[in-house]
Amino acid sequence: MAISREEVLHVARLARLALTDDEIERLTQELGKILEAVGVVSELDLADVPPTSHPLDLVNVWDEDVLRDSLALDEVFANAPARDGDLFRVPPTA
Amino acid sequence: MAPVVDTLRLTAEDALGLVERREVSPAELHGAYLEAIGERNDELHAYLRTVETAEGASIPIALKDVISTKGVETTAGSKILEGYVPVFDATVAARCKAAGLTLLGKTNTDEFAMGSSTENSAWGPSRNPWDPALVPGGSGGGNAAAVSAGLAPWGLGSDTGGSIKQPSALCGNVGLRPTYGTVSRFGVVAFASSLDQIGPVAKTVRDVALLYSIIAGRDPYDSTTVELPEPVQLPDAERLDGLRIGVPTQIESLEAIEPGVRAAFEQALELARELGAEVGDCDLPISYRYGMPCYYLIAPAEASSNLARYDGVRFGPRTEAATYREMVERTRDEGFGAEPKRRIMLGTYALSAGYYDAFYGQAQKVRTLLIREHREALATVDVIATPTSPTVAFPIGDKAADPLAMYACDLLTIPSNLAGLPGLSIPCGLSDELPVGLQLLGPQFGENLLFRAGHALERAIGFDTVPTRFRGART
Repeated sequence: MAISREEVLHVARLARLALTDDEIERLTQELGKILEAVGVVSELDLADVPPTSHPLDLVNVWDEDVLRDSLALDEVFANAPARDGDLFRVPPTA
Repeated sequence: MAPVVDTLRLTAEDALGLVERREVSPAELHGAYLEAIGERNDELHAYLRTVETAEGASIPIALKDVISTKGVETTAGSKILEGYVPVFDATVAARCKAAGLTLLGKTNTDEFAMGSSTENSAWGPSRNPWDPALVPGGSGGGNAAAVSAGLAPWGLGSDTGGSIKQPSALCGNVGLRPTYGTVSRFGVVAFASSLDQIGPVAKTVRDVALLYSIIAGRDPYDSTTVELPEPVQLPDAERLDGLRIGVPTQIESLEAIEPGVRAAFEQALELARELGAEVGDCDLPISYRYGMPCYYLIAPAEASSNLARYDGVRFGPRTEAATYREMVERTRDEGFGAEPKRRIMLGTYALSAGYYDAFYGQAQKVRTLLIREHREALATVDVIATPTSPTVAFPIGDKAADPLAMYACDLLTIPSNLAGLPGLSIPCGLSDELPVGLQLLGPQFGENLLFRAGHALERAIGFDTVPTRFRGART
């Protein structure tokens, strides 16, 4: 199953990856081959089979409603590339 | 000065005995392993960083670099976490600390645990102690190399598609991937959350069982965890009378399995029969044809979502740019290596509008079939046995340029992982002078059964876990 260069660019935008031209070229080839290999799942007729998202039958996991300390702000920001007071500083969004 | 202990041969259980009898102090023991690391880590690159001081009253442990350790850099083998120093411990790290275990260091891994050789680590590959020209397996190759080369008595790794079991096989260790939900992932760098499990690597089944008892059980910080239905039992029986072992009939026709691996596997089955086990057939028709394709849709899809958090905002390096979006996109392009990018792209594609039903949705349904067929097989046998890895350790560079060849390494470990079942790999012999792993699979929460079977087989096999080239290095 082939994937086009345009599709790769589209997916890269969705995934927030600024790929280089070399990477786009390589990924177009590689993803095509991988999709061909994984695409065999479509051979199976599974119309009546329910999907599994998680291997344990767990529903409604509750926790006691008690107050607990959060991390101190200095710990929260300890690994931040840029801090501005009690905020993470980022470049303008537009 | 004579060394305090022979770290190449010392089991965790024996080390605990030495400390309890006060024959060796925790600091001396920690020091002995650091000395071994000093001697052999330059060649093997098992550790990314070590911790000099022993903080704890018991024996040392190595933790894979996906496990957050307060105050100790944790990178998951990725440049995008370079310099990241967690401000809290993962639950498993905290439980090890509470048990008095001293942190020896953080071991190498494929970037975000994505790989089967550690060649995808941003910090360079680890090497196999049996032959440093070969890979130690992956993604937990650092742990496996460390335990095998006497650089740690035991370690904790993570297993999504086989990252504990496969390197254990390739390095001649014992490794357990526990039942999904029995060990907390809180504070562990996430890869594919419906599959990720934390588990022990050690030299013996008893050591693995002991470490499992330290880490297992419900954690309020991970809502997917449950209490164990029964306490962990350290195995000591030497017989397997009445145990029904099933070998999937499909194994016979899998060409990927090397003849030497097959021979060692058959020999282990013969030993199982001699110990009183009934070895018969079982059927897993979907597993070996659709397991890998199913995994390489589900795991990348979940990874693409989990790895969205690396955006240069809250932690990790940032590539400066004029706008927010450009900053995020460039940070991610520079921070992620080739394999995480491949999987993010694959996963994003499989989840995207127009392809979701055909790829991700279909894979989730295949997963239901895998769960059913394992349940049916385990209704007629107690334990399923296969080789852990189709091959022994392969040369560094051999598969690095071919993603699909690398993905095929986990052909035999993936299906039961998708089914959420526990798997134990024990060394069962040599092929071309290299270790071969035997994989034992059991029902959900069947760890005690796997420990019993694994322990009896381990005794009968009598595998020497010390790599040949290190034997006689110390006496």
